Amino acid sequence: MATGNRSQSAQGLTLIAPPLSYALLVMAAPLLTILAYSFLKDGYLTVIREFTLENYRAVWSDPIVRTIMLRSLSVAALVTLVTVVLAFPVAYFLSFVVAPGRKAMWLFLITIPFWTSYLIRVFLWKVILGYNGVVNSGLKTLGVIEQPLGFLLYNVNSMVITLAHAYAPFAILPIFIALEKIDRSLLEAGRDLGESRAMTFWRVTLPLAMPGVVAAALIVFIPTIGDYVTPALIGGGKIPMIANMIQSQMLDLDNRPLGSALAVTAMLIVAVLSLIFVALNRRFLKVRQ
Amino acid sequence: MKGRGLHVYAICYLLFLYAPILLLPIFAFNSGTVIAFPLKGVTTQWFVQMFENASMRKALFNSLTIAISASVFATCLGVFAARASTRFEFPGKGPIMGLIMLPLVLPEIIVSISLLVVLLSIGVQLNILTVILGHTLICMPYATVILSTAFNSLDRSLEEAAYDLGETRWSAFRLVILPLVMPGIISSLLMSFTISLDEFIIAFFLAGNEPTLPTYIFSQLRFPKQIPMIMALGTMLVLMSIILLTIAEYFRRRGIAKTGAKDTGGFL
Amino acid sequence: MTTPSSSTAAHRARTAAARPMIEIKGVHKHYGDYHALRGIDLTIRAGEFFSLLGPSGCGKTTLLRTIAGFEDFADGVVLIDGQDMDGVAANSRPTNMVFQSYAIFPHLSVAENVGFGLRRDPRSKAEKAAAIEEALEMVGLKGYGKRAAHALSGGQRQRVALARALILKPKVLLLDEPLSALDRKMREQMQVELIKLQRQVGITFVLVTHDQEEALVMSDRIAVMFEGQIAQMDGPEALYARPTSRRVANFIGVMNFLPARILAETASGVEVEVPGLGRVEIPAANISQKDAGDEGPSVGFRPEAVSLVSASQPGQSRVTPGVIDEVVYYGDMTYYDVRLDGSASFDGKARPVRIAMRNVFGRDVQDVGTRANVSWSPGSLVLFR
Repeated sequence: MATGNRSQSAQGLTLIAPPLSYALLVMAAPLLTILAYSFLKDGYLTVIREFTLENYRAVWSDPIVRTIMLRSLSVAALVTLVTVVLAFPVAYFLSFVVAPGRKAMWLFLITIPFWTSYLIRVFLWKVILGYNGVVNSGLKTLGVIEQPLGFLLYNVNSMVITLAHAYAPFAILPIFIALEKIDRSLLEAGRDLGESRAMTFWRVTLPLAMPGVVAAALIVFIPTIGDYVTPALIGGGKIPMIANMIQSQMLDLDNRPLGSALAVTAMLIVAVLSLIFVALNRRFLKVRQ
Repeated sequence: MKGRGLHVYAICYLLFLYAPILLLPIFAFNSGTVIAFPLKGVTTQWFVQMFENASMRKALFNSLTIAISASVFATCLGVFAARASTRFEFPGKGPIMGLIMLPLVLPEIIVSISLLVVLLSIGVQLNILTVILGHTLICMPYATVILSTAFNSLDRSLEEAAYDLGETRWSAFRLVILPLVMPGIISSLLMSFTISLDEFIIAFFLAGNEPTLPTYIFSQLRFPKQIPMIMALGTMLVLMSIILLTIAEYFRRRGIAKTGAKDTGGFL
Repeated sequence: MTTPSSSTAAHRARTAAARPMIEIKGVHKHYGDYHALRGIDLTIRAGEFFSLLGPSGCGKTTLLRTIAGFEDFADGVVLIDGQDMDGVAANSRPTNMVFQSYAIFPHLSVAENVGFGLRRDPRSKAEKAAAIEEALEMVGLKGYGKRAAHALSGGQRQRVALARALILKPKVLLLDEPLSALDRKMREQMQVELIKLQRQVGITFVLVTHDQEEALVMSDRIAVMFEGQIAQMDGPEALYARPTSRRVANFIGVMNFLPARILAETASGVEVEVPGLGRVEIPAANISQKDAGDEGPSVGFRPEAVSLVSASQPGQSRVTPGVIDEVVYYGDMTYYDVRLDGSASFDGKARPVRIAMRNVFGRDVQDVGTRANVSWSPGSLVLFR
């Protein structure tokens, strides 16, 4: 169009204004409010407008917070590890074995469960793993066990299984995309230069796929930490994670400043861990260019 | 063969992915009142019970209202964002787009709690409107991504050609761009609808006393007697999601085929 | 509509005297810090087939889009048929464009594409349909109207793009690399068809291309552009035979360069000494004043302007002996690199010259190392001083 650079950016800004204002109003402003609250004093059912660091002191010194925070982190880390390790071969299969014409169908099949109700999927794991659940009743019917297995539900393992299931497609897609980008002649070059199939995978494929693995890990890790439903249903409310704690501080106990400090702290920890993780993988990410 | 081992693994993986979903209809049609093996017999009573349940119908109505509104709003905002990001350069583009996409990675608990705190402190009554507010926010990044693909696969000179042939900026958009991105718009609407329909956390915190399907399900999970009916409801929901997704995927692919671009992948 | 001209020469003579259709004066264009157009002055006459030729990034497409109204420019004037285009948007200019990608609307049929610009036309539906059919016939797509646009081949898309632009009877048709997406055979066929079409409709064509052969085949005049400036503007023959700079010479075909020492200005030209060729008087018409570069004055000649001969021939041409260094056989042609005797006399550097010989029946291909006589004439030398 007959437009220069200035009107180009003016038009762009005009167009982006509605979604940007929406994101600012409905997301950024509330997040900043939380940030502000976290520095204010709590006066039961109200918030006193007075600057304090007391909330953060409370959060960081409370052993319960520490336990829950560590549990959230370790569950999320475990889920990330399990998800990525299980997903990698599937992504590899999709990229290297499946015929190009059938890739879209496989991707579609893999993404479908992700789009079905998360709540129902989590609940179904409870049904599957429960004391009188599918696994126990099935095994009993088959005569494998006499008494139902009690260790299936209401523990960290069952939470890891559930979450790993919930975030599986999240992990497959970034790895798949990274693998798709690899120039196939590089692998042939690796073989041509005398490496075995396994060594070619180790020295060529894996480093080149690393950016995808990093993206997959982050995309699983971040939402898992903030998961609310799984601890509530699968953990039976007895193994709360950070999201459950934020909720109870904010609503049940109505201590908004403390809840805000908790939320801000959690976000900070996640952000810092993610940055460290990305930094550690820098040398792999460099390959991307 | 290396390929065969992987193939078997991939199929096992798919089974793991689908296991819970496949169990849904089994127990939805099982006449036993307990969700356990062995199965008792075939029945449709849970579906009948579901449709006769007034609070379920209320929840369904709320959910549909929310999903339709949120998908329309999110898609409208997504059209703006996608058009701006694919067609124009402007200062702060990276950070601005990052902010719009942020709800994708932000834990929903943070989004909903912070929004809740603000809404409560300015004295807004919680109802389905506040849920629509939240759902529009989390659907917006998905809509933006889908629509960006649609806008991106457009040859920019199509628009210039229309302009060159005497059309105005607006009529060029209406006659050329809009028909070509229409499949993307439909795809975005369906996708946002599905997300909103299934969303739990935001609805849980922001709906006040209004039930939506997921929050209704959550509230019923405590009552073992209700579980078979929930299974029937879940079957309906999953079926609906799959149908909507298949239509969305159909339109996404048709849109790509229409503009003659290459298919570069799935939803994300 | 003018009647098709009998010959290219007649067509060129007529257009050279025609009124100016596009006048561009001192046009500059900046993209941020990048100076894309650096003072373009250009006049294109009514009915001309004009080409903007240059390597990618030289500003030729920017210039075309400036004429079309898709680009703003910093300063300067663009007149189309005497009218100042300042503030006239692309949709109101008397120009239409054939895009590089053809920009065929994929959701419309062929007829809907061709009739796209007729939406505001007051004519009746039937009249418009007739106009569309006529336009399709003109580009050789009679009866294709109902087809879906996305099912067309590359060549057919291009014809649709042409019909779509020409149906609006613009004063100027702008073509942005219209043949680059076609394979070689198709390209050559379309080149001929485009010339015929242009003569038939009598509209001014402005073509952007990076393909020197394409420009030479089709154009009445060519502007060669480098780095946002016009380096030379001439008819195809003049451009090829008498490039005004080494850069233009190198961009269009192959040219041999030999260093030259200027001896004297004479009444009809310049007398120079060239290693291997000796003393030569270069006619005034073949002297470029523009650009000798850092390398000092040099003379240039095309590989086919000289030939290998068995012995000295009578006539104007002179003969210089040498040794064949390299032979490249192309089927219809053979290229010889010949080291002329005494060619290293200036500085001891050997400068083999390339000679192109058509492989006619009965003429053997010479071998490397054999001695050969090179026949040349002073009139085919160009001096860059």
